[in-house]
Amino acid sequence: MIVCDFDVLRPEQGVAALLPDGSQVAVFLTADGALHALDNIDPFSGAAVLSRGIVGDRGGVPVVVSPVYKQAFELATGKCLDQPDVSVTVHGVRVRDGVVELT
Amino acid sequence: MTRTLVVIGHGMVGHRLTDLLRDSGWRIVVFGEESRPAYDRVALSSYVDTWSSADLELPALSGCELRLGEKVVSVDRDRRVVVGASGVEISYDALVLATGSVPFVPPVPGRDLPGCHVYRTIDDLDDIRATVEAADRPGRKSGMVLGGGLLGLEAANALRGMGVSPHVVELAPRLMPIQVDDGGAGLLKRLVEKLDLTVHTGTSASSIERDGTRLIAKLASGLELDLDVVVFSAGIRPRTDLDLGLELGPRGGYLVDAACRTSDPHVFAIGECAAVEGVTYGLVAPGYSMAEVVADQLSGGARVFPGADVSTKLKLLGVDVASFGDAHAVTEGALEVVVNNAVAGTYSKLVVSDDARILLGGVLVGDASSYLSLRPLVGKEVPAALLQPGGAVDVEMPADAQVCSCLAVTKQTITDAIQSGVACDVAELKACTKAGTGCGSCVPMLKKLLTECGVEQSKALCEHFTHSRAELFEIVQATRITTFSDLVSKHGTGRGCDICKPAVASILASLGNGHILGEAQVSLQDTNDKFLANLQRNGTYSVVPRIPGGEITPEKLIVIGEVARDYGLYTKITGGQRIDLFGATVDQLPEIWRRLVDAGFESGHAYGKSLRTVKSCVGTTWCRYGVQDSVGLAIELELRYRGLRSPHKLKSAVSGCARECAEARSKDFGVIATENGWNLYVAGNGGFTPRHADLLVSDVDTETLIRVIDRFLMFYIRTADRLQRTAAWLEGLDGGLDHLREVVVDDKLGICADLEAAMASHVSDYADEWRGVLEDPEKLARFTSFVNAPGVPDPTISFRAERGQRVPVSLGIPEVVR
Repeated sequence: MIVCDFDVLRPEQGVAALLPDGSQVAVFLTADGALHALDNIDPFSGAAVLSRGIVGDRGGVPVVVSPVYKQAFELATGKCLDQPDVSVTVHGVRVRDGVVELT
Repeated sequence: MTRTLVVIGHGMVGHRLTDLLRDSGWRIVVFGEESRPAYDRVALSSYVDTWSSADLELPALSGCELRLGEKVVSVDRDRRVVVGASGVEISYDALVLATGSVPFVPPVPGRDLPGCHVYRTIDDLDDIRATVEAADRPGRKSGMVLGGGLLGLEAANALRGMGVSPHVVELAPRLMPIQVDDGGAGLLKRLVEKLDLTVHTGTSASSIERDGTRLIAKLASGLELDLDVVVFSAGIRPRTDLDLGLELGPRGGYLVDAACRTSDPHVFAIGECAAVEGVTYGLVAPGYSMAEVVADQLSGGARVFPGADVSTKLKLLGVDVASFGDAHAVTEGALEVVVNNAVAGTYSKLVVSDDARILLGGVLVGDASSYLSLRPLVGKEVPAALLQPGGAVDVEMPADAQVCSCLAVTKQTITDAIQSGVACDVAELKACTKAGTGCGSCVPMLKKLLTECGVEQSKALCEHFTHSRAELFEIVQATRITTFSDLVSKHGTGRGCDICKPAVASILASLGNGHILGEAQVSLQDTNDKFLANLQRNGTYSVVPRIPGGEITPEKLIVIGEVARDYGLYTKITGGQRIDLFGATVDQLPEIWRRLVDAGFESGHAYGKSLRTVKSCVGTTWCRYGVQDSVGLAIELELRYRGLRSPHKLKSAVSGCARECAEARSKDFGVIATENGWNLYVAGNGGFTPRHADLLVSDVDTETLIRVIDRFLMFYIRTADRLQRTAAWLEGLDGGLDHLREVVVDDKLGICADLEAAMASHVSDYADEWRGVLEDPEKLARFTSFVNAPGVPDPTISFRAERGQRVPVSLGIPEVVR
C-alpha cells in the first residue's frame, strides 16, 4: 500500500497513514536513512499519536517516544523499553521508485 | 472525647506548637494579644524594607481557634478554665503558656517621654517610624539605641533603614558582650562604624529630656546627644504578668521541668516565658525545641528538653558574626587560638581544652563561613590542622554532631536518610529529617553531606550530553551553533532523545533562531510545541489565544464564542484569565488560528515552556482600593515577554494594591503596587510545592521594574536546569536571594548590560507563531492527520455530550458515539 512520496519524509519526523481497514500506521525515517513503520496507536493512552513522538535513541537503539506519557518504543521491534511486556505491531515498509510503501 | 488545649500567646513558639499538633486530634484554642497572627519576629528589622507585615507572615494555621486581639485575664487552675478579656471561658485539658517576653527598659529618667520606644513588635516599628517621620531635623535624623547586643544592633540597622544615623550605647565595655569577646567586638565596632553608626561602650544614658522637638540624652560619660528618637533594646525579661500562682525561676519565667511542665501537671510553659529547670532562653531555636517537647508530651510521648545550643551565627549590618560553645573560654585551663587579621577585617578565635585536644567553642567576626563545620565539633577532638596558622577548616564532622541545631538533627540522621535512599536532594532531606527547616543556615552543610555520601548530583542533561542545561546554553551561545545535529555531534553522543531535544530547542529559541517550527528545529519539539497547541488525552489539541492581562473586548469574546461553536470546541475559562478551546484535530488547528488571527488574536503560548499569562486585578481604573494601574502594567509585561522560551513555563501577575487579588506572590515573577511604585517578588510557585515569592526590589518605578525583570528572567533562562521552575532554581542557587540580588540588582558579575541586550533582542524579534505557520505553506502542510489521506479525520476521535458541551469519549472503553 502506498504511503507517500519518499521526498515528503523528513529525518526523525514521523507521518501517519490511514489503512483501508481504518487502522493507522506511523512511518519514520531515521537520520541514517532507515525506514520504520509501527502501529500509530499508543497502547498506554489509546490515542493515535505515535507518529507525533520525538525520534531519537536510547543507548544507541533508535526509538520513538510517545507524546502522551513518554514511553519509548524501539523502532525496529515495536518493543516498549519502559515496560517490556508491552509492544506495538511492526509493519513492513520499503521505498520503490521514490514511493514509500507498506508491505 | 476531644481534649482541649489552650495556648496563651501567639508568637513564633506558640505558632510552632500549634502547627506541630495540627492533626493530633486536640482541639486547640489560641489566645493572642496582638491583633495580627504570629509573625517572624526574628526578621523584624526587615519590616523596614517594605513596611508590609505580609512579608513577615508565618504559614497560616489551620484547624485551630485563633482568638486574636484577646488578652487572657485570668486562669482558674482548679476548674481548669481560661477567661479571656471578652468574658469568654474556655475549659482546658492542657494549658500551654507561651507569653514570650517584654523588653527591659532601664530606669533612665525621661524614658517615658514621647519619642522613646521599645523594639519588640511590628507596632513598635510603626511607632518608631511615626516619630522619625514627624522629626523636623533637616537631612539625616539622629537616634539613640540603648543596648549594644544582638537586638540593639538589629534596632540600629532598622533605624538606618529609616534614614536615621544611630548612636549605639552599651553599658558593657564591648558590643555583643554575651556572644563576642573583646577582640571580635573590637573588629565588629570598626566594621559597623563604617556604616554610619556611632558606638559608645562602657557607658549608659543617665537622663533623657525633651528640648522642643528634640530629645537630649546625657550619657554617664558626660557626652550629650541631640536626638529625634530613642529606642530601648537592652534585653528582655520573661513575661509572667499573668499570675497563675505558679513558681517562677530564679531569673523569672514560669518554672518548668525538662518536659516543660510546671508544678501543675496540666500546665506547660514554652519559649521565652519558660524557665526550663530554672534557665530562661531568649532565642527562637530553644523555644522551638520546647514546642517539640510539649507537642510530643501531648501526643503521649516522653521527650524532654535536650538542652539548648545557644550558638549563633548572624549577619548584623552586613557583618558576619558567629559564636559557639564556650566562646569566652571560661572552662578551667582553656586555651585560645586567635587569628586577628585587621587588614582583611576578619577575626577568629578557637577555644580548646588545656591539652589542646578538645574544641570547646569559638568566636568568628567578619567571616563566619567556617561556623558550619566548627560548631558541630564542639566537645569533640579538634583536628590538629585547625590549630595551625591558616589551618584548613574543612574538617570531617563526627556522626553524632548536630548539623541542624534548630531541630536537633545529627549528621548520623542525615547520612542515614541519604544512604538508605530516602532522600536524594536537599528538599527530600528537609522533608524526612526536618533538618534545615528552622533558620536554614545548615542547608549548605546538607548539600555537602549529600556530596560526601556519594549522591552524584549529576548535572548531565541525559545520556546524550554530559553537560548541564546551563553549560549547553553557554556552548550554544558561544559557538553560535544553530542545529541540534551540529551540537550533538560536536558536544554529545547519539541522536538525542525526548529530554535533550526539547531542551536544546528551547535554548535555540531563547537565543533567537527564528520560528520554532523551522526546518532544523521542528523535529526537536515536543508535540505541544510542534503543533503550537496542547495535546489532550484523546489525541486532539486545545487552543488558547493570548488575552493580555485578562482584558478583552466584547467583540473578541464573541469571536472566540463563534469559533468554539463552529468547530464544536469545549470551552473553559483558565486560571490565567483566558479561554481554552478543547477538542481541535490537527487538521482544524490552522483554520481555527486563521479565524482568531484575523480577529486580532495571536498565540497564547499555552503549549510552550515560555511566558503563559500575566494575570491582573482591575487596578486603579475601577477599583476603589487600587493604588496603581495593574491592568496596564500586566498588559505591558505580557506583551514584552510573550513568546520568551525558558527552561520551564513562566507565570506572572500584577496586583494593584497590597490586598493582592491577582495572587502575584504565587508566580515566577509577581508585581504588587505600592503608594510609591511597585514591589517585585520572584520565584513563587503554586502547584505541587507552593512557595511564596521573595521580595527582590521594592518601591521602584516602572522603568526600573522592567529592567530588573529583564535581568531576572534572562539570568534564570541562562542558568536554570531543564524543567526547573524559578522557585526550585532560586532554592538551589548558591547564595540564594542575596546572590540573585547581587547579580540582577547590583550587577556584581557585570553581566546586566548583556542580559538587558538579550531581552531587547527578544522583544524586537518577537513574531506570532500561529501567523508564522499560516504564512508558510511548508509548515502548513504538516497539519494533516494522514499523509496519504489529507482532510480525512482521525477515526479514533469521537465525542459525547456532557453539560451541553462535547467531551472526548474515553479511548478503549466502549461508549455510544453520538
